[in-house]
Amino acid sequence: MKIDNSLPLEYSTEENSNKILGFWIFLGAEIMLFATLFSAYFILVDRTGSGPTGAEIFEITPVLIETILLLTSSFTIGLGIHAMRLGNKKAMLTFFTITLILGLGFLGFEIFEFVHYVHIGAGLQTSAFTAILLTTLGTHGAHVTFGLFWGLFIILQVKKRGLTPETANKSFIFSLYWHFLDVVWIFIFSFVYLKGMM
Amino acid sequence: MDFFDRFAIPHASPAIYASMVAIGLTVIAIIAGLTYFKKWGYLWREWLTTVDHKRIGIMYLISALLMLFRGGVDAIMMRAQLAVPDNKLLDAQHYNEIFTTHGIVMIIFMAMPFIMALMNFVVPLQIGARDVAFPRLNALSFWLFFMGAMLFNISFVIGGSPDAGWTSYFPLAGTEFSESVGSNYYMIAIQIAGLGTLMTGINFITTILKMRAPGMKLMKMPMFTWASLVTNAIIVFAFPVLTVLLAMGTMDRLFGTHFFTTTNGGMDMLWANFFWVWGHPEVYILILPAFGIYSEVISTFARRNLYGYKSMVGSMVIISLLSFLVWTHHFFTMGQGALTNSIFSITTMAIAVPTGVKLFNWLFTLWKGKIEITTPMLYSLLFIPTFTIGGVTGVMLGMSAADYQYHNTMFLVAHFHMVIIPGVVFAMLAGLTFYWPKMFGYMLNEKIGKLSAWIIATSTLLAFVPMFFSGLDGQARRMYTYSESTGFGPWNMVSFIGAAGLAVGFALIVYNIYYSTRYASRDIASDPWDARSLEWATHTPVPEYNFAILPQVKSSEAFWDAKKHGHELFQGEYEKIHMPNNSGVPFILSCIFFVWGFSFVFSLWIPLILTTIGIFVCMAYRSFEKDHGHYITVAEIEETENNLRGA
Repeated sequence: MKIDNSLPLEYSTEENSNKILGFWIFLGAEIMLFATLFSAYFILVDRTGSGPTGAEIFEITPVLIETILLLTSSFTIGLGIHAMRLGNKKAMLTFFTITLILGLGFLGFEIFEFVHYVHIGAGLQTSAFTAILLTTLGTHGAHVTFGLFWGLFIILQVKKRGLTPETANKSFIFSLYWHFLDVVWIFIFSFVYLKGMM
Repeated sequence: MDFFDRFAIPHASPAIYASMVAIGLTVIAIIAGLTYFKKWGYLWREWLTTVDHKRIGIMYLISALLMLFRGGVDAIMMRAQLAVPDNKLLDAQHYNEIFTTHGIVMIIFMAMPFIMALMNFVVPLQIGARDVAFPRLNALSFWLFFMGAMLFNISFVIGGSPDAGWTSYFPLAGTEFSESVGSNYYMIAIQIAGLGTLMTGINFITTILKMRAPGMKLMKMPMFTWASLVTNAIIVFAFPVLTVLLAMGTMDRLFGTHFFTTTNGGMDMLWANFFWVWGHPEVYILILPAFGIYSEVISTFARRNLYGYKSMVGSMVIISLLSFLVWTHHFFTMGQGALTNSIFSITTMAIAVPTGVKLFNWLFTLWKGKIEITTPMLYSLLFIPTFTIGGVTGVMLGMSAADYQYHNTMFLVAHFHMVIIPGVVFAMLAGLTFYWPKMFGYMLNEKIGKLSAWIIATSTLLAFVPMFFSGLDGQARRMYTYSESTGFGPWNMVSFIGAAGLAVGFALIVYNIYYSTRYASRDIASDPWDARSLEWATHTPVPEYNFAILPQVKSSEAFWDAKKHGHELFQGEYEKIHMPNNSGVPFILSCIFFVWGFSFVFSLWIPLILTTIGIFVCMAYRSFEKDHGHYITVAEIEETENNLRGA
């Protein structure tokens, strides 16, 4: 394994830089995945059948809390990667842990929100609108859940193996993933919730 | 016994029972054979756990040929049913299932793996790399595809095949009109295979962008590599649409959602739109690698550089963009209005322009060339006129006003078969014959090969040209029978003869493989066709590491120019080579996926949950695993090289 010391640790081998490019391409595919969900959402948003509309079920408070939690977690993981580049393992692990805790908080509120929707009669089977709403949110939420486990495994590995080209690479790729989920959430927040409440 | 009732076939017939017995006996024979010859260890070490792109390519090839047989039997049964009016060979239900599975098997489980086979085998060699960027992901891609294919194929003996057409339009494919689990198989088996394809897309883009030999700029890549790059870009952007679509379809069928139903706000046309947003780019995913093969074969056997290299690349990029802008032409008659139809008519006809550019480039490559007609070249030369018939009728279909006459008739069926068979199947057969010596170390017999090319080409015309006429006369597609007074009888009889001819042609290819395996000379050079790109610069059989020294590339015809101008491709000393380790995880993970899919199809929730956990455990295992690959030492390289040079 040739290590190029002029590059940051996460890019330092050929395999590492391949993995980062590959992950960017994967994110391209993910954009298409969410773009498909969004276009389905825009097509079905007014097709509420006998169920409620968005304006009737959306509540701003939990959504705002979720937004703040997720946006902050995107900031803290950025700090984590910055700490990693400085070689400060302890700070990095702290920021990664904070990120995951914020992510967990986001997920908790989202689960609460889902239970609430089902409770007030906006379940998966109610109408085309509720189905696509819960599917779009659920796909994002499933990504966050997956990210929580992934992030946890990376924290454990960095803790045990230290900052090597391999663990740095994994951490960096995980941060890309986490930022991406944040970007998707901004679209959900703007075009699902805000537009829905107008 | 209620639990087991769900696995029964809803419309059983003697043919299905016979297939059950045949499948059972084949499985027993394979297991017994492997045990008797003590090959389990060999199978596991050398194939099931391999991450070598060449072996994965060969496994794709074997799967594609098996599926070609399956889809071909479906085709013969359909043509036999329609050969005479009021035929009673198949009933309506059975016919529906057969045309559905024929479409899916041929496109997703035959053409796709055939392309993947060539891409896997050829691309890393062509760019002078030692493997793909993510070898283990590549193995996972293959096994996911394979398990998806197997899951789809057991549908006709367990629970019933899908019967709503390969497009599976809702509401027909919904639970209301398709009660059997058939359409569940459709949703889930294709989902699993599609995940594999998406990973291949990511893998090959990275490989081509990052792992080219020194000196190989993008505009010096061989044309097949360019085609693969563009194709994989389409895959990455089209397949997620399919992923979402199939997930929504699954939810409609199993969780009672209302995406595509006709009640509670559901919109059935959404399925058709999304399906073709994926489906039309899929057509170009199939055809562009085929164009790549033709480019390689034609310039090799015309002994000329490919004419118009830049326009070839440009036209592929334009095709890839336009492929996302034409999907509505699949349902012009469904009432989106004149303006929408006109726009999509124009984009559709626009695709003929870059495609025409490519055809003329091939013709200009042939112009003044020293043409040598070998089997791959014969396929390429037969492709040009026959494909043109298919392409021109495509432009006819693309005119939305006229399409009202052709829509859903046999004219359409004739069109897309005349595009796909000369376009994709001829290319794959050409590629198979062309790369066979590199894969297996001996040539396929040229005499039998040329005979089968002629039989296949004439049979294609015989089978599909009559459909243009019966279609214009009003014969609808997907009708399991017709009355004598329609006058369709003679056309369909000719089609049946053509289909039988195709069967003979393919049987001849199988015979050729058998014959050549037994009798062909093993004493061939590494470059039997006097070809042009790097895959021919290494030894036959190709060593595990592909190239002992990475080649230095100066032009788009690197190997040809090196031969003609005598410069040395391989400069420098041997160095130890880093190679990835084999792994059983992709195979095991895909087996779990198979059980996961099966449980999903039959709504067996407990196994579904257990296998879902199993999938994540495999991924977690992979995350924690330390695997740095291994090194091949200089001594080992020297030994291998000396052996290969001596051979």
